[in-house]
Amino acid sequence: MVPLSWYLVLSAILFSLGVFGFLLKRNIITIFMSIELMLNAVNLSFVAFANFWHSHPAKLASGVDVVPLSGHVFVFFVMVVAAAEAAVGLAIIIAVFRTRETLNVDQVNLLKL
Amino acid sequence: MVHQVLFIVFGLICVAGAVNLLVQRHPINSALSLVVVMASLALIYLLLGAEFVAAIQVIVYAGAIMVLFVFVIMLLNAGSEERTRGSRIALFVGVPGVAALAGIVAWLLVHSGGQLGGVTISSSNFGETHNVARLLFRDFLLPFEVTSVLILIAIMGAVVLGRREN
Repeated sequence: MVPLSWYLVLSAILFSLGVFGFLLKRNIITIFMSIELMLNAVNLSFVAFANFWHSHPAKLASGVDVVPLSGHVFVFFVMVVAAAEAAVGLAIIIAVFRTRETLNVDQVNLLKL
Repeated sequence: MVHQVLFIVFGLICVAGAVNLLVQRHPINSALSLVVVMASLALIYLLLGAEFVAAIQVIVYAGAIMVLFVFVIMLLNAGSEERTRGSRIALFVGVPGVAALAGIVAWLLVHSGGQLGGVTISSSNFGETHNVARLLFRDFLLPFEVTSVLILIAIMGAVVLGRREN
C-alpha cells in the first residue's frame, strides 16, 4: 500500500520539471517536449485518483457521483489531444524552420512568416 | 512492500529521465530521456491497475508521438542549443522558483497525506480494456465522437502547415 500523496508528489515534481524546461530551454522542440512532460504529470494524477476512488469509495462526500474509471477515460482524451497537438505543433515547427532557418525561440519573435 | 519498492524505483527513474531531459543540450538526447520517462510512467500505471492506460501510454506516447518528435529532429538536423541571455535569467530565477513550487506542493501533499489514505495494487481487473471501453462507448460516446473530428482537423492542419508554399 502506497500513500496516494506519493503519487501526487511524483506528479508535482514532474510537472514542475516540465514548467522549468519550458522556461529554460531555447530549442523549440525541447520546449514542446517539456509540454508533453507536463501532460504526462497530469495523467499520472488522474490515474492515481482513479485507483484511489476505486479502493476508497466511502471517502466520497455524500451526493457526489463519481465513476472511478472516468479518470482512465480522461487520460485517454488527454492522449488524443496530445497526439493532435504534437502533429500540428511539429508542422508549425517545420514551417518556422523553413522560413527562419533556426529553432531558437529567441530569434523567432515575429508572428508573420 | 513490493508496491512501495517498485513505486520508488520507477519514480526515481522517471525523475532522473525528466532531469536528464533538461540537462541535455542536444534535442535527440532530450527526446530519448522523454521516452524513458514515458516508459517508466507506463509501469507506474500498471502498478495503479490501469492496464489499458499503460498499453496506450507505450503505444501512443512512447511509440507514435515520440517517433514523430525524433523524426522532426532528424529532418531539421537540429543541433545543440546555445545558451542565451534569456536562458541564463531563466536558470537563475527558474531553479529556485521550481524548487519552491515543487517543495510547497510536496510538503502540502505529504502533510495532508494522512487524510487522503493509500492506493493499492488492485487485484480486481479494474482498469482493463473491457471496463474502460464500456464507459468510453456508452457514457462518453459524444466526447469520443467529437475527438474524431478533432483528429481530422489536426490532420488537415498539419497537412496545410507542412505544405511547401510556392
